[in-house]
Amino acid sequence: MSTTSGQPAPVTGRAAAAADGAVELVEEVDEPRGPGRTSGIHGSRLTPYLFLAPFLTLFTVFVLVPGLLGIWISLHNWDFLLPNKPFVGAQNYLDLFDSSSVQFESFWNSMRATGFFVLISVPFLVVLPLLLAMLLHRHFPGRTFFRAIFFAPFVLGVAVIGLMWSYLLDPSFGLVNGMLGAIGLPDDTAWTTSQPYAWISLAAVTIWWTMGFNAVIYLAGLGDIPADHYEAAELDGASSWQQLRYITIPGLRPVLVFIVITTVLASANMFGQSYLITQGGPGETTRTAIMVITDLGLTQYRMGEASAMSYVLAVFLSLVALVNFWALREKK
Amino acid sequence: MTNHTNTPSPLPGGPLARRTILSGALGLAGAAGLAACGSGSSGVPGQAPQTAGGAGGATGYNGPKVTLQFWNGFTGGDGPFMKKLVDQFNTEHPNIAVSMNTMQWADYYTKLPAAVTSGKGPEIGIMHVDSVPTNAARKVIQPLDDVASALKLSEADFAPVPWKAGIYNGQRYSIPLDVHPLGFFYNKSVMEKAGLDPEKPPTNADEYGAALDAMKSKGLQGHWASPFPFTGGLTVQSLIYQFGGALFSDDGSQVLWADEPGVKAMTWFQDLVKNGHSAPKIAQDADLVALENGKTAFNWNGIWTINTLGAKPGLKWGVAALPNIGGTKAAWAGSHQFVLPTLRTPDENKSTAARVFLNWISTKSIEWAKGGQVPARNSVRESPEFKALKDQAALATQIDDLHFVPPVAGIGDAMPEFDKALNLAINGGQDPAKVLGDAAGRATKILEANKKKYGG
Repeated sequence: MSTTSGQPAPVTGRAAAAADGAVELVEEVDEPRGPGRTSGIHGSRLTPYLFLAPFLTLFTVFVLVPGLLGIWISLHNWDFLLPNKPFVGAQNYLDLFDSSSVQFESFWNSMRATGFFVLISVPFLVVLPLLLAMLLHRHFPGRTFFRAIFFAPFVLGVAVIGLMWSYLLDPSFGLVNGMLGAIGLPDDTAWTTSQPYAWISLAAVTIWWTMGFNAVIYLAGLGDIPADHYEAAELDGASSWQQLRYITIPGLRPVLVFIVITTVLASANMFGQSYLITQGGPGETTRTAIMVITDLGLTQYRMGEASAMSYVLAVFLSLVALVNFWALREKK
Repeated sequence: MTNHTNTPSPLPGGPLARRTILSGALGLAGAAGLAACGSGSSGVPGQAPQTAGGAGGATGYNGPKVTLQFWNGFTGGDGPFMKKLVDQFNTEHPNIAVSMNTMQWADYYTKLPAAVTSGKGPEIGIMHVDSVPTNAARKVIQPLDDVASALKLSEADFAPVPWKAGIYNGQRYSIPLDVHPLGFFYNKSVMEKAGLDPEKPPTNADEYGAALDAMKSKGLQGHWASPFPFTGGLTVQSLIYQFGGALFSDDGSQVLWADEPGVKAMTWFQDLVKNGHSAPKIAQDADLVALENGKTAFNWNGIWTINTLGAKPGLKWGVAALPNIGGTKAAWAGSHQFVLPTLRTPDENKSTAARVFLNWISTKSIEWAKGGQVPARNSVRESPEFKALKDQAALATQIDDLHFVPPVAGIGDAMPEFDKALNLAINGGQDPAKVLGDAAGRATKILEANKKKYGG
C-alpha cells in the first residue's frame, strides 16, 4: 500500500521504497551523470513519462476527460439523445440554491442524509477496525482464520449484502426480529421502515460489511511499527494505554489519514445499502445524494442538473478531505 | 419489471424500473380523445411518413436468411415462456433466426438508447406502455404505422385500451403484446377462519368492509397496506380511478392525484392501517408474503402473482377482478408492447422478417398468457384455450376498465413524487390531502420542465 511507503521509520522506509529506489541506485553507480546525458535506458528523458504513461492514459480517459466533460454538461440542459442541448450557463447551479426550484428540496435533503450517514458511520469505521486489527495483530492460534473471517463480508457485492440484510431485517418476517423475539425482546421493531432504526440498520450493515477492509490496512500499518519501540517503552514502564497513545497511534498516523479520508468518501458515496434495504425511506430520510443524482441523470435524463449536483457534492467532499489532512497533519 | 414483480423479492427494481411500471390513468374520455388524435393526424401535411423500411410481412418472408436481435427484460418466470415461443418461431421459419437477449428491465432501458446511438441496437424490442412516449421522443424507437398497416392490424384485432396506448404524437410506435392488470388475490384458508365464504370474495366497498371487520373480530388483519409502489402504489392508483379521478389530465399537463378522488383513495388505504386491518410500517413485498403465510387474507397484486402463488403447494388461494370500492370499475395495468428500435442502417429484409416475427408472436400469445399475462390480441383472448386459464381469464374481465398514464414523454418522472406521498401517508401516518398536495406541486414542476425539454 502506498501508505506503508510513507512510513517515517528508517528501516521500513528503505524496504518499502526498494522498488522506487531501484532506478536511483543504478543511477548512483552510473557516474558521472551529466545533465545532457541521454544514452542507455535509464538516462532517457522519456523514461519517467514512459513509466507514467499507462496510469496517465487511464487517468486521462476515465477521470480527466469525464471530469471536464461533466463541467461542460453541467452548463447545459443535457440529454445525450436529444439534438437540442441548450446552454444555460450557471442556471443548474443557481437552481440548487433556489428554494423554489424542483430539485432544491430533494437535493439538500439528500445532502443532509449523506452528511448524517458519514457522521454516524465513520467514527465506528475508524475505531472498531483499529481495535480489531490490534486484536488480530497478536499471536494466537487460528489468527489467519479469524483475519479471513473478518475480511470475508467485504468480498461480497453490495447487491448480495443488501438483499441478504433486507430479508434479515424485514420488520414482519425477518430473522433478526425472530431471534429477538425468541429471547424475549421486542420482536416488532421496524428495522428498515422507521427512524431511527433505518439509520441504525444502514450504519450497522455498512460497518459489518466494510470493517474488514479498514482492519487489513491497519494490520499492514501495525506490522510496520518496529517491535523494539514497544520493548523500549515497556522497559521504561509504559502502560499499554501509553503504548497505544504514544507509539501505536503516532506510528499509524499516515495510515489513519488514509483510512479517515477513504472512509469519509466511501460513506459519502453510500448508495446500494439504502437503495436496497430501505428504498430511501421511510419517507425520503435515507435517500442519499448519489441516489438523487443517479435518478436524475440516468432515469430522468437530466444530465446537466445531475452533473451540477455532482460537482457541488465533490466540492463538499474536497473541503472535508482538506479538513482531514489539516486535522491529522504531523504536528512538529 | 418482471424480475421483481414475478417473484416476491424486496428489490425495488430501481427507480427506472419502478418508473416504467407505474402506469396509471387514461380515462375513457381520454382514450376517446386519443383515438381522435391518432386517426386525425396520420395525414398531417409536411410530416413525411417515416417508414421502418420495406413493406409486407403479412404473408411471410421469402428473402435470404437473416438474423434478428430481440431484446427484452423478461428475467422472471416469464422468460422461459418467451424463449419457448422464440425457439418455436425459429424452427418454423428456417430463413429467420431470432436471437433473444434478456436483461434486467432497468439495464435494458439504459442500454437500449446507448446501443441505438452506436448503431448496435436490436431489430426488435419490448417496452412497457408508459416508456413508449419517452423513447419515441428520444428517437430510440421508430414509428411503425406502416408495420401495422402492412400486417393489416387494426383496433378491431386488439383490446382498445392497450392498442390506443401505442400512439404518441399522432403516430403509432408500438404494438401491444399483453396487458398485466392488478387483481384481487385472497387466501381462502384465512377467509374460512373468519367465517367468510371463500368462494364469494367481496365485490364492493360494503362487502369488503364487512369482510375486514369479520376478520378483525377473529384477530386477523385482513389487508396489509404496503407503503411502497409495489403494491401500495398500484392499489391506490386503482382506487383513484375507481373514485372517478385520475393521476394526470389527459394531456399530461396537470397533476390530478391531489383532487378529491385521490384524497379519498389514499384515505381508504391509510384507514386499513389506522383501523387495524394491516400491520404498520411493513417492508417491500411483506404484504404478499403475509398472504402466503396466512397472516392476511387480501392483497391487490399484479396478474404475475398467479404463478407465484401457484408455485406454493398447499396454499388455498383465489383471484378475482378488483372489488369496486370507489363506485367505478377500474384497475391499474401495465402492458408489454413490441417496438422497433431505430436502426442506423435500415435493412429491408430484416424489417420484413421483424414484422413476420412480431405478427407470429402476437397470434401465439396464448403460450405467453400462461406466463401470467392477458393477451392483447382479441383472437387469442377470446379463444377457448385462454378461457381455460381460469385465473388469467378472471382478470381479463377487467380489460375495458384498465388505465394507463397519458402518453406524454417523461411522464414517469413524476411518479416517484406520488410514491413519496404514499410512503408518508401509509408508513408515516401523515394527512393524505397534505402529502398528495405537496407531491402534486413538485410533480407539476417536473411536468413543466419536461414539456420544455421534449418540446411539448
